[in-house]
Amino acid sequence: MALFDKRLQDVHNELAAGKLSAAELTDASFKRIAETDGKIGAFLTLNEESARARAAGLDRDAGAEKGLLHALPAGIKDNIVTKGLRTTCASQFLSNYNPIYDSTAASKLRDAGAVTIGKLNMDEFAMGGSNENSSFHPVRNPWNTDYVPGGSSGGSAASVAAGQVYFALGSDTGGSIRQPASYCGVVGLKPTYGLVSRFGLVAFASSLDAIGPLTKNVEDSAYVLQAIAGHDGMDSTSANVAIPDYVSALTGDVKGLRIGVPKEYMGQGIDPKVKEAVLAALKVYEGLGATWEEVSLPHTEYAVATYYLLASSEASSNLARFDGVRYGVRADNPDNLIDLYRKSRSQGFGDEVKRRIMLGTYALSSGYYDAYYLKAQKVRTLIKRDFDQAFENFDLLLGPTAPTPAFRIGEQIGDPLTMYLNDIVTIPVSLAGVPAISVPCGFADGLPVGLQLIGKAFDEATVLRAAHAFEQHTDHHKARPQL
Amino acid sequence: MNITIRDVEHVAGLARLEFTESEKGQFAQQLSAILAYADKLGELDTTDVEPTSHVLPVTNVMREDQVRGSVSNETALLNAPDEEDGQFKVPAVLE
Repeated sequence: MALFDKRLQDVHNELAAGKLSAAELTDASFKRIAETDGKIGAFLTLNEESARARAAGLDRDAGAEKGLLHALPAGIKDNIVTKGLRTTCASQFLSNYNPIYDSTAASKLRDAGAVTIGKLNMDEFAMGGSNENSSFHPVRNPWNTDYVPGGSSGGSAASVAAGQVYFALGSDTGGSIRQPASYCGVVGLKPTYGLVSRFGLVAFASSLDAIGPLTKNVEDSAYVLQAIAGHDGMDSTSANVAIPDYVSALTGDVKGLRIGVPKEYMGQGIDPKVKEAVLAALKVYEGLGATWEEVSLPHTEYAVATYYLLASSEASSNLARFDGVRYGVRADNPDNLIDLYRKSRSQGFGDEVKRRIMLGTYALSSGYYDAYYLKAQKVRTLIKRDFDQAFENFDLLLGPTAPTPAFRIGEQIGDPLTMYLNDIVTIPVSLAGVPAISVPCGFADGLPVGLQLIGKAFDEATVLRAAHAFEQHTDHHKARPQL
Repeated sequence: MNITIRDVEHVAGLARLEFTESEKGQFAQQLSAILAYADKLGELDTTDVEPTSHVLPVTNVMREDQVRGSVSNETALLNAPDEEDGQFKVPAVLE
């Protein structure tokens, strides 16, 4: 059995018994990356020297108290800043950026004992659903390297699927953890908005952005969430709520759980093979004593338009900070200060980022604000109410994570609108701010399919419990790609 | 919504971006298509609906006004493309 397929508790027992060392775990990670990353391109920057020194330090201090993620090799998406470790957001603009501070998520991983192996590829500034928008190189799906891994956390999902790291962190604005998890056959959790601090996450759309784990199984997801969740004075949008024990919530018991299946998530545009896998998952839950009924989220069809107006508007404002003055790559020979901004931004940003800045700037501009931005904020309220009403009768909502399995590299890149529609069942959840997980639930034509479980705000415990129970009675999460 | 080349030039000016002629044509076409799709929201009556700017019931977040440490001048300039006398350097703003 591969080292990273072992259960977390078994790894920790072997470490405690002296049968395994942090150095060996770190070594296994770099070895696997050397063997496989030429094929999938998950990493942008490796942290080899520091990681090996840290692992050696953990082995030396064997008597010290062990953290929840002690000695586990971790990959971090490249929009989560890491002090002294290059952080590019997969953009040429930040190709030379070396952060002077740690994000809260990165420092919490460190406090929990994890070893940062390197920084993971993504769509530039987290804008995209295929990882083809990385300005360095695309990521390839480990299950079939002609296919996309999804995005924007495609490097995180592909790296975990390929067994390069024990787990990874990603970020999700409209589906960027869940959709690549679905395409790559791993577990991806988007926590409730505000549960995990965004201090040090390079902002894309501040009313939606969330950091969360990508793991091989639900148990690992619970451990990583435990380590990174919690209030942070450095992020004023961080929620001040009590953090439950997520691992002990994994009881395997879903008897009496009331599951709602949004009919809009199972209708038009959903691949029949994806639908079949989701229906098979419902059978599993029935067998475990849960009940399910169809429910309607009537404003689902407006979610994608709402999302692209709001997220692009917020992005156009957030990305104004990239001007070539304080950090990033500055254009040569500007005529004056305005020209410095213009040239640096035009040379530094890729096409998709420019497209969203343009859309957002337009939606916020004089004369169009009410018609686009304000209208979208009002429709967001209607979408959120759909969820509030559904959760009056159900503990959990269930559907596919994405309408189709992964698509071929190059297939959709020329058509932004079609690409945006891949997020049709993840975006409404982001707009409502509630938590959701994608877990492997089968294959269609050799490519993984993800099941999405959606919970009430701050009820990650129920989401994880239900996902874990499913995993206990299926083998989909045990399948590994041949690389 | 039909976005013209002039609209693209106006918005690009606001966003501090510049484009070639062919890029302008492409953006006009793609933004028109995206906004035509967004016009779908007009089907909904939102007269009495409050806008959602934040999904959590969070208003102003305050903390005690205490003096804390900060990054040093030297550290703050570590990523500066150009600097002089401990400050970020840019081209002259006034001629």
